[in-house]
Amino acid sequence: MEHLLSLFVRSIFVDNMIFAFFLGMCSYLAVSKNVKTSLGLGVAVTFVLLVTVPVDYLLQTKVLSEDGILGQDLTYLAFILFIAVIAGIVQLVEMVVERFSPSLYAALGIFLPLIAVNCAIMGASLFMQQRIQMDPATSSQAIGSVWDSIAYALGSGIGWLLAIVSLAAIREKMAYTNVPKPLQGLGITFITVGLMAMAFMCFSGLKI
Amino acid sequence: MSKLFSKENKEVLSSPLNVNNPVAVQVLGICSALAVTSQLMPAIVMGLSVTVITAFSNVIISLIRNTIPNRIRIIVQLVVVAALVTIVSMLLKAFAYDVSVQLSVYVGLIITNCILMGRLEAFAMMNGPWESFLDGIGNGLGYAFVLVVVGAIREFLGNGSLLGFQIIPQSFYDMGYMNNGMMTMPAMALILLGCFIWAQRAALEKKENKK
Repeated sequence: MEHLLSLFVRSIFVDNMIFAFFLGMCSYLAVSKNVKTSLGLGVAVTFVLLVTVPVDYLLQTKVLSEDGILGQDLTYLAFILFIAVIAGIVQLVEMVVERFSPSLYAALGIFLPLIAVNCAIMGASLFMQQRIQMDPATSSQAIGSVWDSIAYALGSGIGWLLAIVSLAAIREKMAYTNVPKPLQGLGITFITVGLMAMAFMCFSGLKI
Repeated sequence: MSKLFSKENKEVLSSPLNVNNPVAVQVLGICSALAVTSQLMPAIVMGLSVTVITAFSNVIISLIRNTIPNRIRIIVQLVVVAALVTIVSMLLKAFAYDVSVQLSVYVGLIITNCILMGRLEAFAMMNGPWESFLDGIGNGLGYAFVLVVVGAIREFLGNGSLLGFQIIPQSFYDMGYMNNGMMTMPAMALILLGCFIWAQRAALEKKENKK
């Protein structure tokens, strides 16, 4: 239980997808103009993470690894298999959002299908793959069971959500500031994210 | 030969390097551009890998573009890219193990690099293999260019070295010069890229005003 909690909190603050690893930057920068839309995208990303990472965990340990049902080391197929799982689940989420919230569907536009190529999702799966090999007794980052992978996915998703909503809130206020013309838009957003990342670096000393 | 290197083709190759730079202007593929640039060497390797993968996935998709059913094209593209990335990742592990350890998951993340998907969707689905190849090379090099600039600045200011060779002499350190540790932190990558975009946009604007 303790391990689950520390994994969860660490992946929100210390190993934050955006501020520590820069994963999922493209949609992060493009959709963070307005708090409501960014909240919707954040929830969608969290949901996709929550489904794909445990599925990929099971695939990795039960099918691809040497002790899996096939009895062969098929790790080299991991990239192709993971991306196929992600693409399938994103398709599912797209259909659900279109059915239940057409306004969110319209607001997210092209970025909904693009969750499939959101690095945060693929990145979380690949980090999970690395963390399986860690020893749970010594490292608080190790992922040893499906529950661990769920806690990690949920934490990463919430960390991403937190990052995109806070940037959107800052950008809404920034509309009233006087920024030099070539720096407007993207440039100043990068610098803002950089300053936010510096603030998040304070968490890196956190011992849980 | 003259047809292969016509004016349009040269344009396809050269515009992503400057006015249509995938990172600075179109803001694609930022994730890896930031994460691998704390030193110059991984930045160069990453840039080259992306160039090769973009070029060849462009060629493959452009060759089979008429046979892909429209509804499942994204999955087909992803599988082609994932296969190429697997090959490159294995080659890196075999011939440049140290760098591949440094790049860790970011090699795998080339699959989800938006530049690749963007080029496949916007260019390779509509053009022949040769143009697509040039387009892939151009965009890959445009991406590599930004990576190399940011990587060089960060390594030089953060460690006082380039490609692992010490550039700033010991006598400077004796006089009290200190490496800027901030530069090796992730946060500085964002700020440097912001400044890079600032400089590039200001330069483009000046050029346009002159016209």
